[in-house]
Amino acid sequence: MGVLRRNLTAYGFLCAALFCFTVFAWYPMVREFVLSFQRTDLINPPEWVGLANFQGAVQDPAFWEAWLNTVEFTFLALVCGYAVPFVVALVLNELRHARAYLRFVVYLPVMLPPIVAVLLFRWFYDPGPGLFNQLLDLAGLPPLAWLDSSSTALISLVLVATWMNMGSATLIYLAALQNIPPELYEAAELDGAGIFRRIRHVTIPQTRLILLLMLMLQIVATMQVFIEPYMLTGGGPENATVTVAYLMYQFAFSQMNYGQAGALGMMLMLVLLVFAALQLRWTREDPA
Amino acid sequence: MTSVAATRPKRGRARTPKPIHVQFRTIVSPHQLNSRWGRRIYWLVLAAVVVTFSLAFVFPLYWMVTGAMKTPEEVAQVPPTLVPAQPTLAPFFEAWELFDIGTLLANTVYYALGAWVFCMCVDVAAAYALSKLRPAFGNVILGAMLATLMIPPMVILIPLYVTIVDLGLLNNPWGLWFPAAANGFNIFLLKRFFDSIPRELIEAAQIDGAGPLRVLWSVVLPVSRPILGVVSIFTIVTAFKDFVLPLLVMTDSEKMTISVGLSQTAGAVTQNQVMGGLVIAAVPMIIVFFVFQRHIMAGLTAGSIKG
Repeated sequence: MGVLRRNLTAYGFLCAALFCFTVFAWYPMVREFVLSFQRTDLINPPEWVGLANFQGAVQDPAFWEAWLNTVEFTFLALVCGYAVPFVVALVLNELRHARAYLRFVVYLPVMLPPIVAVLLFRWFYDPGPGLFNQLLDLAGLPPLAWLDSSSTALISLVLVATWMNMGSATLIYLAALQNIPPELYEAAELDGAGIFRRIRHVTIPQTRLILLLMLMLQIVATMQVFIEPYMLTGGGPENATVTVAYLMYQFAFSQMNYGQAGALGMMLMLVLLVFAALQLRWTREDPA
Repeated sequence: MTSVAATRPKRGRARTPKPIHVQFRTIVSPHQLNSRWGRRIYWLVLAAVVVTFSLAFVFPLYWMVTGAMKTPEEVAQVPPTLVPAQPTLAPFFEAWELFDIGTLLANTVYYALGAWVFCMCVDVAAAYALSKLRPAFGNVILGAMLATLMIPPMVILIPLYVTIVDLGLLNNPWGLWFPAAANGFNIFLLKRFFDSIPRELIEAAQIDGAGPLRVLWSVVLPVSRPILGVVSIFTIVTAFKDFVLPLLVMTDSEKMTISVGLSQTAGAVTQNQVMGGLVIAAVPMIIVFFVFQRHIMAGLTAGSIKG
């Protein structure tokens, strides 16, 4: 087969994917950049407005709060969604019974459509007959306002997010733990290392790469939280749960200001790209 | 196991408990595990974990199902009942009517299966071209496709929506299918698997006179069943679960997905009806999980680097 013919066939096979990627993945990135310097309502021709969209976004009363909330949400979600699955995976890996059941159960919420988890928890958070306050009552504790108080709303969202997402992280850690050669533990044991030192000096170094990778993936995933504030709190109370992604949605679809939403999207993209670059560097440095 | 326990001589007063079978070595050594205290602690931890997991992950679902079987009065009752006093299936039928779940579910299944067929055609062809036909600039294209994985979907949501509006694809399933096919992760998984297919296998087919399409259909696809299964399930599940893009693209109530439909109507109906709707939305995914558990768990780690 001639070189030309081979290339032609190859591009024949590629053309559908090239079309999809060009129009629906690569072009939107460029479009975001262009959009952020334009004012458009999607009906009339767009006009160039320079940096006005960025100014508008920064001056929005919820702007700084949205970033703070997003950072706080990401931090809380990391504590719950990053450390907890690792500890859970460590324990699961030690168990010799009910393994299939436990793995099935922990991944079950991941399979549910997010709307199911979110609406279910909205009911649990109900201050009256909601499950959580009833449980608190049963334990003799005072009820909480959950989503209705600015001090507990954000952590309530983190709780849902953790419940519905931790399964995949747990199973990925579990797979990584099972790849650790048993000889390393035997050697550590012969050297007199106790259980915690075995974790510290064998388990963590052996899973370092996957731990780093998951850290970055988690940060990137939680930085774009949308469905939880959208469905549960609408950003309230008092903007306590406005995230950057939610604010972007509001700019675009409540204020019909697509340019300003694009500007905020650009900022979020830059922040996430910094994280992605860091991830690439850290994982590259690793000899494995 | 039982025969071992039966033949072991009895020591002291109590029957020696069955040793905990250790298949592979982990942090706790088999010796420690089978010591007197090790065994006690093990069973205690096991029981605690099983109970906690059941409470944390199964009980909410139990609450959802039983909530849908209570009357509106019982669902709002304080304190709540653990078991419905008069279990009824009526809320399921009411939810079906009120949410118009028949239409929503049919739409969602249609979009998910359409996304699957389209994704598989586009991504398999592309991965095959990049892996086996190796065109000029193939690596540049692959790199650009993988680079999209660095950009989280939420970030380009607005320009993607604007593009879909410009193309007049609002309320058109292609508005979901085209973006679904632009999936760098599918291309990556498929290409990596195709790369591992021995060259000899393909050359043998070429000597027999098979063209590229024939090679793909009769050689590459049959040996790639495992990865095709993984990619298929993930594409279908992702499409079924997707919320934000269908929320923006499929705005006609006749064309909504089940997630979006539930989110729009949930405020207007009683709590037991909401739960009925949620159960109906959850059941298809739970069935998929029961049936394809193995593939899903294998696929979860297929993409990640081995630690």
